[in-house]
This record gives sequence, C-alpha cells and structure tokens, in this order.
Amino acid sequence: MGEKIATRAAYGNALVELAEKYPKLVVFDADLAGATMTKGFSQAYPDRFFDMGIAEGNMVGVAAGMATCGLQPFVNTFAMFAAGRAWEQVRNSVCYPGLNVKVIGSHGGLSVGEDGATHQCIEDFALMRAIPGMTVLCPCDGNEMRLATEALLNYEGPAYMRLGRLAVETVTDAIPGYQFELGKGVTLQDGSDVTIIAVGMNVQMSLKAAELLKAEGISARVIDMHTIKPLDTELVLKAARETGAIVTTEEANVLGGLGAAVCEYLAEACPVPVVRHGVNDEFGRSGKAPLVLEAYGITAEAIAECAKKAISLKK
Amino acid sequence: MDKLKTLACTAAKARLLAVQMVHDAASGHPGGSLSCMDVLTALYFDVMKVDPSDPRNPNRDRFVMSKGHCSPALYPVLALRGFFPVEELKMFRRIDGHMSGHVEMKHVKGVDMSTGSLGQGISVAVGMALAGKTQQQDYRVYSILGDGEIAEGECWEAFMSAAKYKLDNLCACIDVNGLQIDGRTCDVMPSEPLDKKLEAFGWHVIKIDGHDYAQILAAYEEAKTVKGQPTMILAQTVKGKGVSFMENNAGWHGKAPNDEQMAQAKAELEAQIKELEG
Repeated sequence: MGEKIATRAAYGNALVELAEKYPKLVVFDADLAGATMTKGFSQAYPDRFFDMGIAEGNMVGVAAGMATCGLQPFVNTFAMFAAGRAWEQVRNSVCYPGLNVKVIGSHGGLSVGEDGATHQCIEDFALMRAIPGMTVLCPCDGNEMRLATEALLNYEGPAYMRLGRLAVETVTDAIPGYQFELGKGVTLQDGSDVTIIAVGMNVQMSLKAAELLKAEGISARVIDMHTIKPLDTELVLKAARETGAIVTTEEANVLGGLGAAVCEYLAEACPVPVVRHGVNDEFGRSGKAPLVLEAYGITAEAIAECAKKAISLKK
Repeated sequence: MDKLKTLACTAAKARLLAVQMVHDAASGHPGGSLSCMDVLTALYFDVMKVDPSDPRNPNRDRFVMSKGHCSPALYPVLALRGFFPVEELKMFRRIDGHMSGHVEMKHVKGVDMSTGSLGQGISVAVGMALAGKTQQQDYRVYSILGDGEIAEGECWEAFMSAAKYKLDNLCACIDVNGLQIDGRTCDVMPSEPLDKKLEAFGWHVIKIDGHDYAQILAAYEEAKTVKGQPTMILAQTVKGKGVSFMENNAGWHGKAPNDEQMAQAKAELEAQIKELEG
C-alpha cells in the first residue's frame, strides 16, 4: 500500500511487459498514444502497433478484422470515443460476431478534470453493459490493472475496460489472499452493518468512507467490484443477506452502470435498500480533477453519508 | 462452354436463387444483390482461393460483403460454390432458420464476417489485409461496397488507413448501380467522381462494366499486380440486373416479389440460363 500510479500508466506498462508472452497481442490507438499510455508499446513493438489516426470507428472495425485472423487486438482511445463514438462498431463488428477485441477506454469519468464535459465520459459503463455478451471492467489500482490486463489476454471474447487518468493509491497488493479473476469481486474489508460496492478509484474512496463510518461505530464491508458485467451476483447476494443494506459507488452516471446492475439483480433476488452513489445524471465541467470530483460529490464523505442513508432505510 | 459463359450461367442461377429466397421469405434486398452478382460470382468461381471443404483455412482469401443487406447475393453464391446445400437457402430470414437477414458469419458456412451496418465491412476488410501483412501471409482480401454506402464516413476512414498501410493485398469493389432506398444516388448524396476521390485517397482505381466478365476478370488480375497500394474496382452496374421489372428501379431495393412477379422473374432467368447453357 502506498504507491501511487494511474491505472492508465499501469496498463501501458503491462502491455510492454506482456508482449513477449502473448505474441498475438496487437495494439491500436487513435492519435492518443501519449495519453492512453500505449506509447511505450509502440516504441518497443512498432510492428505490432497501429496508429489509426482520429477515426475510432474504423479503428474498431480494423481490429475486428484482425481478430478474425487470430490476432488479439487491444484498441485504445478515450472512454468517450471508445464507448461513445465507436459504440455501434463495438456492437455490430465486435460483439455481435463475438470477436476477440478488447476495447480500452482511458480517461473515464469526471477525473479527466480540465478538459470538461465533452471528454468526461460518465456513460461508458451503461453503454457497454447494454451490449449482449460484453464484459465490462474498471480496475481500481495499478496492481489490479496489471492483473486485469493479463486476464483479458487469457479471455477469448469482447471486453471493455476503463482506465483512469489520475494517479491513485495502490491498495489491492496489501489485501491478504487477494486474487484477480474476471467476474469475481473482492471483499477488501469485512463489515456487518452495510456493504459498499465500489468500482475504479471509488474503491479507495470507499475504504476511507469505511474508516469514517468506523469512527461513528458503523461497520462497513467494502467490495471491489472491478468487473461490472458479468456481475458477481453470489458476492452481492451474500452482502445483501449479511449486511442488509448496500451502497454502490462509481465515477459514472448512476443510470445504467454498477449501481443499476446491483439494483437490477437484488430487486429480483433479495430486495434490500440500495443507495446509488455516483454522478447524478448531469454533465461534468472543467476544473482541477479533485475539485470537479468534490463539486459532484464523488468523495469518501459523500459515500459515508450514503451508507448511513442505506442503513436508515433498513426495515 | 467457355469460362466467361460458364460464369454468366452460374450468376444467372444464383440470381434465380436470390429472387426465390427473397420471395419465399417475403422480405429481403433483391435490387443490390442482383447488381453485384456477376462480380461476386467471378470472385468465388474464379478469382478467390477458397476451399468449401475447409472454410476456415487460415491461408484462404477472404471476402467481406460490406453492403451486408446483399445476403441474397452472397448466400446463393456460397451455396452454388459448395459451402452448403442450396436447400438451406429456404431458411433465409425464418424464425426457425439460421440464415439471418443480413450477412452472418457464425451460422453460415463460408462467410468471413458478419455485416449489415453500412460502412463497417470495409474497415474489417482492411483489418484482415493488415493481419495478412503483419503475419506475413499471402492471402488476399476482397470486399464489395454499395455506392450509397460510401456516404458513411467510416468508408473514407477505412480508405485512408488502407492507403497508409499500403495494403496491396486488398481489392475492394464499389457496386455503382446509381440507386439507393430513397432514389438516385446522385440526388440522395452525390458520390461522384469516385475515381478521382479514390485516387486522391491513394488507391489504384479500375473502372469496369460490372456485368462484363472479361472486364471483371481482367480487373482482378490487374489488382494482383499492383504494389504498394490497395485497388478499388468501380463496377458500373444495373440495380436489379437480370429481372426486367426490377432493373433500374429503386423500389426493388428492399422489396420481395409476389407470386406473379416471382413467376415472371423465374421465367426470365430460366430463359437466360437455358440460352447460356445452350
């Protein structure tokens, strides 16, 4: 615990590190290699790197064509353009034929900061989750990102992974017995009064929220739900039964993402109060990233408040 | 029978199957399927290296029907080429069948890519050609686009990327039948001059009569000799070719013939087959 690294940087390092072991890996970018951190790979493996220019739809289609020929393409751009601009190519040219293309959306969420709303994609979880057969994930720290990248190389099929811009504290390496498995959430901290289910850098915020709650005598469980789809329903069900109240938290619109996935499942399996924490269906705006997050209530304090609300809703 | 006549005869049989399957399904896209049938027949019966008994051979030539609604062109050609029995065409667009309305790769043997959303197929073809270059394989990649389709910006993104990577293993063809759903392409969204545009995008361009087999085969032979750039064949065609009442009529883009119209189409196409066989 302690090291700070952006998940996009950890991902870029992982690509270079894994390239020899996975010779079918090819990497695409759309004129953002410096920001998406594929630049290292492009320099180390220029024959396996393709800069397709500012044309995300074509990039996804070309990657799909490569996948039909047995290669393992990872396409990279900002989350806004991966999940937004190229959504229909992802749906029709990748997911419908079930091709082995990994769609990587960097700079997800409000923490893009200064660039403002046009580049702060808060809809990617909902957009990607809505496509049949799509796997959707967002690792929370550098350690998890490294493991997730290799897991994607060993997974045959389409997947979307969101990366973050900001350096974030590495927390998963300090968890005893921590293992990464696609589709399996990780209980980072046990608790009995409420469960906070978090994704991405909201995991670190949730650990802080749990500390704040502890000071008030509230025992909060914290789950790192790195894979939003397929959802680890077993872990969610256990949390609902054992703690009776749930908070979901994500750096995304509260519509259609992790919170929606948990609600959809629990409404049918084990109805308990669920409070969805995230961006409340509004566009972001420019500013230093921490200030933007604060302005939209994406903070440990707000998560702790949501936890108390969830507990108060228990029958 | 000489080669060109044999190809024409095969295409006439494929046209009959195409119209029949659209009639039987009471839906589908006959117009653009009939216009590209000669080019497609030439590809699968002369130009492309494919083996119906080994449809996934990694060294095979690939084909992407970028105008994916023209399944009534591709499916009959694949059937006649021996990828699956002609009887399977009865399963077209049926709830209990496996032949989706738009071209589909997972359930139809011999199909290299699922298409349907216009503009996307040519990107995939670029990817297949790029994979061939990356993996030092010598297969070639072919694709057919519609002249209405190229209003999609993605086509031009794909054209740029094919030129960037010098994909001389890629040969695409625009089926220039001049008509699309809403009317004449020159009215809906003018695309000409296609030759000058494609040349400016770095492609080698060959203009042909898309129903003249000598020209079709010569164009594909020429494409094989081009080095360092992709080739685009601009095939001037007649929408609905081979069925008199469908020819040059945009109304037959996505409409099925009724029983009476089917009987007439059948009579016309059977007469063409008989003449070519005779």
